[in-house]
Amino acid sequence: MNGLTVAILIKLFLGIGLTFNVLGTIALYRFPDVYTRLHGTTKCTTFGSIFTSASVVVYAISKYVTTGEPRFITFTIHVVIAIFALLITNPTGAHAIARAAHRSGVKPLGIVDKLADKEAGEN
Amino acid sequence: MSAFALVFLILGMAILAVTGRLIMGPTIPDRVVALDTINTLVVAAMIILGAIFDSIVMVDIAIVYAALSFVGTLFIARHVEGGF
Repeated sequence: MNGLTVAILIKLFLGIGLTFNVLGTIALYRFPDVYTRLHGTTKCTTFGSIFTSASVVVYAISKYVTTGEPRFITFTIHVVIAIFALLITNPTGAHAIARAAHRSGVKPLGIVDKLADKEAGEN
Repeated sequence: MSAFALVFLILGMAILAVTGRLIMGPTIPDRVVALDTINTLVVAAMIILGAIFDSIVMVDIAIVYAALSFVGTLFIARHVEGGF
């Protein structure tokens, strides 16, 4: 891999990640209620943050190849750990927020509410 | 200005934009969603900041921030849910 390929790859990943992060921000304003906002922002920002971090991984690996300093390997591993931390914590937090919102009495705007139907059937 | 710095600036503007929903948000879960989005964007911005300054410490702080913000989100969600 030469320098031009690496530069293009970094800019491509940064572009994809930034696009999805900004789309997630717009989704927070355009959607009508809590559940659709959660749906829009969580998925978009998780995907976008993974891609911006992937561009940092590509950058660190290219720096290691050109300079040969071992601290860039540490850099790469730590960024990968951060990506996995995001991957685990983000969907779990979104699930907790959605469950808490539903139990605290915020109803979705649509017609279908299968969780309310299920809880009404159990009681 | 490198590409990383430009992306960092735009992410900062996105964080400021999300703050609007944090202030407006008609219900409390709306504000929690906005806070969660801000946390994710801050983690992404911190990792990019680590690439700008070539510093590993920023990425370490991003990992710790992700874990702590997750715990904070869970606590707020449990508080909103009530009944414990």
